[in-house]
Order: sequence, then C-alpha cells, then structure tokens
Amino acid sequence: MRTYVIVLAALLALTAVTVAVSGIHFGSPAVNVIVALGIASLKASLVALFFMHLLHDKPLNALIFVSGLVFLAIFLILILIDVDFRLPEAVPAAFWAGPGLW
Amino acid sequence: MSETTTTTTHSPFLQHHYAEMEQQVDAGKIGMWLFLATEILLFGGLFVGFAIMSGRHHDAFRLAHEHLSRPLGALNTVILLVSSFTMVMAVHSARHSRQRALVRYLAATLALAGAFLVVKYFEYSHKFHDGLLPGKFYSAGGPEPAGQAMFFSFYFMMTGLHGLHILGGMIVLSWLLLRGRRGHFSSAYYAPVDLGGLYWHLVDMIWIYLFPLLYLIG
Repeated sequence: MRTYVIVLAALLALTAVTVAVSGIHFGSPAVNVIVALGIASLKASLVALFFMHLLHDKPLNALIFVSGLVFLAIFLILILIDVDFRLPEAVPAAFWAGPGLW
Repeated sequence: MSETTTTTTHSPFLQHHYAEMEQQVDAGKIGMWLFLATEILLFGGLFVGFAIMSGRHHDAFRLAHEHLSRPLGALNTVILLVSSFTMVMAVHSARHSRQRALVRYLAATLALAGAFLVVKYFEYSHKFHDGLLPGKFYSAGGPEPAGQAMFFSFYFMMTGLHGLHILGGMIVLSWLLLRGRRGHFSSAYYAPVDLGGLYWHLVDMIWIYLFPLLYLIG
C-alpha cells in the first residue's frame, strides 16, 4: 500500500515536471522531444514495475512485454532510416504536401 | 485413464482443463501479457506514423498542437494516473480478501474512467466547433492547412482509439464490480481483477506517451 502511494506521488510529480519543462526551449526542439519522451518512459516504467507488478512477477511476462517494445523499436528505427535516406529520391515531394495523402 | 484424487479443495473457479489453480493463473497472465504486446504494436503503428509526419510537417504540427488545451490534457493525465492507483488498490484489496474495499476501489476506477471521457467529450466538441478536424474535414484555415489537417488526423485516430480502449476498460470494470459485489473474489481467487488491472494500466501507459507527444511538443 505504501509503495503504491509513493509511486502515485512520483507519477504526479513527473507529470508536473514534464508540463513545466515543455515551456523551456533547450536550444533545439529535438532536446524537448527527448526530455518529454524520457520522462514519459520513466513514468511508464514505474507503472509497469510497480502497478503491473513486473518487478516481482515471473520473468517470462516481462520478456513478452519487452519483446513487444523491441519490435516496435525495430519498426520505428528502420522506417525512419527509410524515410530519411531512401524516400526523398523515390517519392516526389508533392506526395508529402499534396492532398493525395489524405 | 486413472483418476488422481487430490486432498486440496477444488476451487469452483478452476477450469477443468487446468491441473491446478496456479497453472490457470499463470496461463491467464501469459495470455494477457501477449495481448498487451499486440496492443503496443497496434498503437505503435500510429506512433511511427506520427513520428514520420511530424518530421515532414514540422511547423504545421507545432502550430496545430497549440490548439489543444494543455490544462485539460494535464487534468486527464492526473485522472488516469489516479485511476491506475485505485485499480492497483482494488487488486491489493482482492488479494487480501477485503471485499468491501475491492468494490469501493473498482467503483472509484470506473468513475475516474467516466470523468476522463467527459473531459475528452468537451475537448472533442471544442475541436468540432472550430473545424479542427482530420484530413479533408479540416476547415480552420491558418498557415499550412494540409499539415495541420494531418496533425488532427493523428490526434483523432490516436485519442479516439485510446478512448475506445477506455470504453472497453469500463465494460471490464463494470463486470468486475458486479462479480466483486457477489463476493466472487478473495485471496483464493482474484485473477480476473489482476488481469483487468494489467489491461487498465496499459491504457494509462499509452496516455502517458500521448499526452506529451500531442499536447506538449506536437
């Protein structure tokens, strides 16, 4: 019970931090994205480890969950590489701006 | 086929195809975690699409996200975090056979889920009113309307799919509440509360990412 209260307090505090920090410009917008996603990941980890009991559960359940995240990371990274290095030549610029994509 | 007799008392909730309760609970948990992994991939497609398009329409996404209400988004974040806490307390209560506390915590979680959807309703009606709609339905004008329309396509798809998950969770919570009131759950058997809780926490977790991406950075 005490642990759950502490985790909730930490989650609410991190929410306040991420709202406050989003108003600061760190020079590059990419830094804001990294900070926001970093705090979100910290919050998600607290939920998974304590509220979803992964910390004390059978490791198989954590393995299943993490494998989902790993495949999402592969999906994201490979697609971003493709978009950044291959698509500019393969797809006309109008595709991205035009109404065809809707 | 020889019938083996066991000295342990047979739980009325033990399905006949499991040898014992522990096996049934473990199988249920593995099944739920597999389902949650597919949920990550379901939402993952939208997150990846959002990453690509916010790179392509960077300035338009920045402009469009200013239309979202940060206070309402933050309020909904707090509502869902507290609902995750009441949910885990419901599981805790069931595990310790505190049936009245279980019912109270489940009712609180259900009420918070409803509150989340009410806030979302006000946000959506405001967007509808201003013409901040997905794709070709976007009519709010402003600079780079194609990019802004793209942002609202993602906004409505991501929060809409998430909202459907909240609705689904409310059905599960209502079912748990009914069974809890009938006294089905105790330290001997509370797997449905446990599994419903895992699902509810995942829905909270997805919102933990949606809130900063859509409301704070765009």
